[in-house]
Parts: sequence; structure tokens; C-alpha cells
Amino acid sequence: MTKPLRVLYCHCTYANVVPKATKEEVLRRLTESDVPFDAVPDLCEMSAKKDPALADLAADGCLKIAACYPRAVKWLFHAVGVKLPDTAEVLNMRTDTADAVAAKLLEPPA
Amino acid sequence: MSIPLPLPLSAPPPASAAAFRVAVYEGTGANPFPPGERTALVTALLAKGLSVSVIRPGGSAGNLVAGSLLVLGHFTDEQPDHAATDSGVSVYFRNVAGKSAAEAVELAVQVRAAANIPEPAKWKPWFPVIDYDRCTNCMQCLSFCLFDVYGVNEGKIQVQNNNKCKTDCPACSRVCPEVAILFPKYRHGPINGDVVSADDVRRESMKVDISSLLGGDIYAALRDRNAKFKSRFSKERDSDKALEERQKCLVKLGEKLDIPPEVFASLPSPDEIQRKAAEANAKAQAALEANKS
Repeated sequence: MTKPLRVLYCHCTYANVVPKATKEEVLRRLTESDVPFDAVPDLCEMSAKKDPALADLAADGCLKIAACYPRAVKWLFHAVGVKLPDTAEVLNMRTDTADAVAAKLLEPPA
Repeated sequence: MSIPLPLPLSAPPPASAAAFRVAVYEGTGANPFPPGERTALVTALLAKGLSVSVIRPGGSAGNLVAGSLLVLGHFTDEQPDHAATDSGVSVYFRNVAGKSAAEAVELAVQVRAAANIPEPAKWKPWFPVIDYDRCTNCMQCLSFCLFDVYGVNEGKIQVQNNNKCKTDCPACSRVCPEVAILFPKYRHGPINGDVVSADDVRRESMKVDISSLLGGDIYAALRDRNAKFKSRFSKERDSDKALEERQKCLVKLGEKLDIPPEVFASLPSPDEIQRKAAEANAKAQAALEANKS
């Protein structure tokens, strides 16, 4: 049986490092899809505050994260003692186009 | 009738009573949001620093194991204003049919205040994140940082006081010989988490010798910066060529390490710098010694 798809979107609210147009378009595509998802204002902030919700967000299921560089996301989770599952897919809104990110996010799990 | 939200009740609540999440709910007992309205609402909630779960028909809220959950929906039935789950999560319901995104966000802010949950600090989350796949535990970051950001636990370097890090200062990542320190909100790679290339590693190994750049050690330069600051009102300051030279060096240092001027301005007194530098060095040496044995 396929695991349910879980999508986590980071809005990177407190910095201008993710292109605004990209994150807005990815968010629009997500909200207009039928996919349920979690959206957080800023993963860095959650990591800094040791937010226990990160553990849950990384828990089971087929996890896809729209945020920034995969290496940064991996170690942000690690900083709160949470290991991202090896199957987690991190999509980079700093470098990739909104189309590419949204397409991968909304792709049904294999 | 209350909405049968599939809330998780089994996990024990950790110490996060301040957790607050907004669920944008569509499913049993609620009409769907028009697409444009849903997007505007989620965007506005995020901009206000609120975490959001978008629940579509048949889906469920992400686990919230403590704190408060506000459910916003176009409810077709009356909902209680407030209910509690077995695990202690407080659930609030608000009908936002006919309300604009701004009005719905205002409702969320009111509920957050009523639940005694503080507004998130408008802080740019700036702090180092260690890539332990690369870190060799050399303790250079510990020796270098004057602001007590780093510490050692069971012989391993850690970021222990991320709130003491100086916003926009990536200097410790510049002195890391292994490119193992990230600042995810930094502009450039690989410090921002971009893949570390062979060129990056080579650059690190050829790193500018900060001491030679300054004609002394880094802390001597910082001390002199402080002396310069203190002599700002001195009539002789412009004739102080030595100090001017040091100042030039400091500017170079700032450029090389991308240290914002505010960081220099916030440096403690020369004595304090000396004390902190010695303390940090001692901690690093002790950790290295302990790791050897």
C-alpha cells in the first residue's frame, strides 16, 4: 500500500532569500490543488525555537518539503534532534522554478 | 454537531503549550473555500507568522500534540467556540464564510491572544547550523565566536545559544575549515546550504590567514576597533595613524568574513573580549584534549 503523501511548505517569512514570485506561485498551486498540506511561516524559526512540531512533520508518510537547499533543511531538522526520513524529498524554491517545484510536490507518490 | 476532525490524540503532549496552528478546513460539515479565497487566506496567515494546515475533504490535520488549534471553515452547522481534546489540545472553531482574508486573520490573532499564546517575535532566524557530515569537531568555531553561541556536549561541538548569534554575521562559517557551518538565510553558497563543491573545499584550505591580514591576531584587531570607538571624541583621533591602519585592517576583515558593522559595534570592552577569547579557547582546548583521551 502506498504511504500517504505529506507536503510541507516553508514560506521563509522572515528573510528575502526565496524569490517572492516563486514561493507565492508554489503556494497558489498547492492551495488550488486537492492535496492537504502543512505550511509553516519559517522552518528556520521552528528549528531555532526547537519546535516539537518538526518531529511530527518529519514523521512517517511520503514527505515532500518545499523550502530551500536540501542540506540546510536536513540539518535544520537535525538541530532539533529530528532525522528526516531518507525518503523525504526536499524541493528548492531558491534555485528551482515554481513550475518545477509545484509539479514535483503534486506528483502522486510512487 | 461538531466536526469529526481526525485530530491525533494518542501522542503525549511535550512542553509546547504555546504551539498554535490554524487549520483551513474543508470536509464534513463545511463547504469548500473558493480557490482564490483559500490562497489569500493561507498567504495572509503565514505572513502573520501562523502555521497552517490545509485540510481537504477526506484529509486530516497534521498532528498537534499540545497547544491550540483554530479551525477556520465555511461551516454548514453550528460549531462550539471552544472545545478540548483528550490530550489537552484546545480546539477553537470560527466560521469565516463571508469574511475577507484580513478579517479571518484578525479572528486568528484574537483567538491566539485569548489562548494566551504570545505573538511570534519578528526576528530573522539567524543562527549557525552544523552539517555533521562534514564537521570534524575541530573546535575552531568555538574558539572563534565571542558571543557564546557554541558549546560542547559529550565532546561534540554544538550550537547551544542560537539567540546570541549576531544577525547577518556568518564569520564562524568563514573560519570553518570544513565548510560545515551553514546559515540557511545567507545569500551565497555553500554557506546557505548549497552543495559544497571541490572548489569550495580548496578555497577553504587556502583561506586567508586572518592573522597576517591583520598584522596580529583577530582579537587584537577587535580590541583596537574598540579603542578607536572609545577615542571617537578624541581630538587626536585623525592623527592616530596606527589606529587608522588597524581600522583599514578591520574593514578588510569585515569584507573578507562578511561581518556586518553592527557586529563590530556590539563588541564588548577590550578586557571582556580578551577574557571571552581566552575562555572560548580554553573550552575548545579542553574539549579537544578530552576527545583525545
